[in-house]
Amino acid sequence: MATTTFRQSIYKALHNSNLTGALGRFSEAYRVSRAKAYEGVDFEALRDRIAELKSYAASHLEQLAEAFARNAEAAGAKVFRTNNPQKVNQYILDVARVNGVETVVKSKSMASEEIHLNQYLADAGLSVAETDLGEWVVQLAGERPSHMVMPAIHMTKEQVADLFSKEVNQRLSSDIPQLVRVARNELRTKFLKAGMGISGANIAVAETGSIVIISNEGNARLVTTLPKVHVAIVGIEKLVAAFEDIVPILTALPRSATAQLITSYVSIITGPSPTTDGGMKDLHIILMDNRRTEMSQDPKFKQALNCIRCASCLNVCPVFRLVGGHVFGKIYTGGIGTILTAWFDELKQSEDIQSLCIQCGNCVQVCPAKIDIPDLILELRRRLVQEEGQSLKEKAIFGVVNNRRVFHTMLRAASVAQKPFANEGYIRHLPFFLSGTCEFRSLPAIAEKPFRDRFPKLSQPKSQEKAALYAGCLIDFAYPETGEAVVKVLNKAGIEVVFPEKQTCCGAPARYSGAYEVAAQNAGDNIEALLAEDVKYVVSACPTCTVALKQEFARTFESLAMTEKLARAAELSAKVIDFSSLAAKLVAERRLTLKKGADLGKITYHDSCHLKRTLHAHQPPRELLQKAGYELVEMYEPDMCCGMGGSYSLKLPEISAPILERKLHNIEKTGATLAAMDCPGCAMQIRGGLDKAGSSIQVRHTAELLAEQFE
Amino acid sequence: MDALFSAFQARAEAVSSEVHRFPSKAQACDFIAQFLSRESPGTTAVWAGEPWLESGGPVPIVAPQVTRDAAAAAKVGISQMDWALADTGTVVEDASAIDKRLVSTLPSIHIAIVATNSLQPDLATMLAKLHPKQASYISMITGPSRTADIERVLTIGVHGPARLIIVFVDELGSN
Repeated sequence: MATTTFRQSIYKALHNSNLTGALGRFSEAYRVSRAKAYEGVDFEALRDRIAELKSYAASHLEQLAEAFARNAEAAGAKVFRTNNPQKVNQYILDVARVNGVETVVKSKSMASEEIHLNQYLADAGLSVAETDLGEWVVQLAGERPSHMVMPAIHMTKEQVADLFSKEVNQRLSSDIPQLVRVARNELRTKFLKAGMGISGANIAVAETGSIVIISNEGNARLVTTLPKVHVAIVGIEKLVAAFEDIVPILTALPRSATAQLITSYVSIITGPSPTTDGGMKDLHIILMDNRRTEMSQDPKFKQALNCIRCASCLNVCPVFRLVGGHVFGKIYTGGIGTILTAWFDELKQSEDIQSLCIQCGNCVQVCPAKIDIPDLILELRRRLVQEEGQSLKEKAIFGVVNNRRVFHTMLRAASVAQKPFANEGYIRHLPFFLSGTCEFRSLPAIAEKPFRDRFPKLSQPKSQEKAALYAGCLIDFAYPETGEAVVKVLNKAGIEVVFPEKQTCCGAPARYSGAYEVAAQNAGDNIEALLAEDVKYVVSACPTCTVALKQEFARTFESLAMTEKLARAAELSAKVIDFSSLAAKLVAERRLTLKKGADLGKITYHDSCHLKRTLHAHQPPRELLQKAGYELVEMYEPDMCCGMGGSYSLKLPEISAPILERKLHNIEKTGATLAAMDCPGCAMQIRGGLDKAGSSIQVRHTAELLAEQFE
Repeated sequence: MDALFSAFQARAEAVSSEVHRFPSKAQACDFIAQFLSRESPGTTAVWAGEPWLESGGPVPIVAPQVTRDAAAAAKVGISQMDWALADTGTVVEDASAIDKRLVSTLPSIHIAIVATNSLQPDLATMLAKLHPKQASYISMITGPSRTADIERVLTIGVHGPARLIIVFVDELGSN
């Protein structure tokens, strides 16, 4: 469970309207401007190339660092390599002392923040000024950047005016161009006076010993031009092998970071250049390791070194746009920041912040380096559970889930226990073990008779062609009508549905909580249950379950090195299909025909995260519903997470609720009276939210809407 | 070349660069002289030594000795670039010489002169021709200095020039 301090920081962020307002508006604008910036670019080919070259670099760090050092030194630079952050600080201070440096100007360097360089130099009596406008604002405020690319996005112009007024001893208005002029004048004096410039680097080229620095404000050019001494701090993950490798990175980085085709300035520095006093620059390049080599040797986390620090994973994250960067507590923020913090600080430091990931997969779609951030966060969870153990509460829950009989008996008991509270199929106060803060939505009543008890009474035509229905907990125990609709549709196509009694929880809740042993047990039980009878398809009307059956069983076994189970997992995977994809396939094969001429009115469709981004099946339900006679009105951000995230909504209801609120607002704006979706989890969240808000909009699973529409 | 120029112009103007093109050096000199007397009367510009500008006409510029103080005091800096990239509206120079960097970083207006036939379609084509071993400091410049760090409001002119004037000259031979 999250610590109190962490919860307080979330509370503070959620109630900071400047922050949530600015981030919310930014994330909406970003989506559009990023798409425009990538017009005419084959993004998939580009990121394949970047992933390939960065992955090569991560596999050859030692070799590339050695080549970089040799080539940079041949060009006249001094190169210092270390794994120890303290030695970086010491080295820079020594260089400053030798050169009699009193003032330092810095352009943006995340690596320097990783090692708390500013504090170290200030303690030694040096004056250090950040010169990137946002970084300077944050420095004056005594804060940390809240976003990797826009450090001061959490602050208003009034707050900036207050800070600058103190700095220049003059009352300034909050006119932004005037504030920028003040910064230019103040920092110009510092640039001209400074004895040392410190920069980071966006790319380091082993082949030529070059560093590449991008900026928009022009501060990096001044930092690297005016002072006599230039120190560049380079994390070794910035290394690439060949000079030509900078092209794909320079193509993607500005587009992904700020939706620009290129930044205002790109500087490629190879060895020292002349200085204004007629001499040559004293150029020092520090190759900083700080556990990066160790990371490159970890088969799972090596891919995190592909990161080019564009922060697009933050910009598309439904959680980040609510809470911003400060709740992450460290230098690196957002999804990738969680992973970097776990390594550059320690695993334990990621314990709270890893729980912020709702596993929606938005970031996977936009990452220019093809990093599977949600998967790496799951791996952090798994390792944390290994190291720290599961919380007692979770242990108790998984103890139950892991035992099908106990679990199912408990759910049946719940259907009785909830009676006094249930009201038209919704629970307004929760029964026992699902309790938590859930005030923001109503929850479904546990069905009086689960699907597994209703199934034997369904009358079905006999057929040689059979499909096994995997219900999943929600359809089995809360929404049996969805299961019945699936049976009805498949029967129309002449397929007989079987319901293997021994199926149990798909293991997603355990896996997403890092309890891989539990997930593996669930996987093994289900594989045997579902493959017991010879069926053509294993169909599920829950995308999360479908992904578990189709992909995650194998991944869980792989993580636990249970390789002997992989063949059976693959056998199952080949048969698994989600309901809408199967229905669309049967329509295409002319085994199902939709009734003609129906006018069923306006509908809007919500994409479930797993259906859209893992199964890539966003088209089939839309096509089926439209063919059936519904008029589809797309909502704003139809594929943005609804905030459910399985047990996420129970663990972090304060975040789940505002995400849901946005979704409800977007649904309402369409004017449709019906919202369709393919996931019973999303249906539970959205239906519960609409009920709580007193809305008359109906939420239905696609299967239910289609059940009566086939001839 | 005209197609490349049109593409360049569209990209460059989209990021607030001002783009001009002249057939001859003399016409370019006239334009610069007029620009200076209009935009910067009574002050001086610094320029990073292109001899043809000196002889091209009555351009009121200081001696080609660009010092840090002169550049910091000047309103306008002038330099000749080595390449232009059509697909991003970028000008590129080997800025190893310190005066090249001073005139394009410190003044608030930068006039960048480019030989029209140095236009390249894109970065990859250009980088194949310019090796960093021959240039210790390569500068790529795309539009004026900008920031959106305060409330995401785009503001032009932070630490670098607030205006970038790009002057293409057909008569200039490229490298």
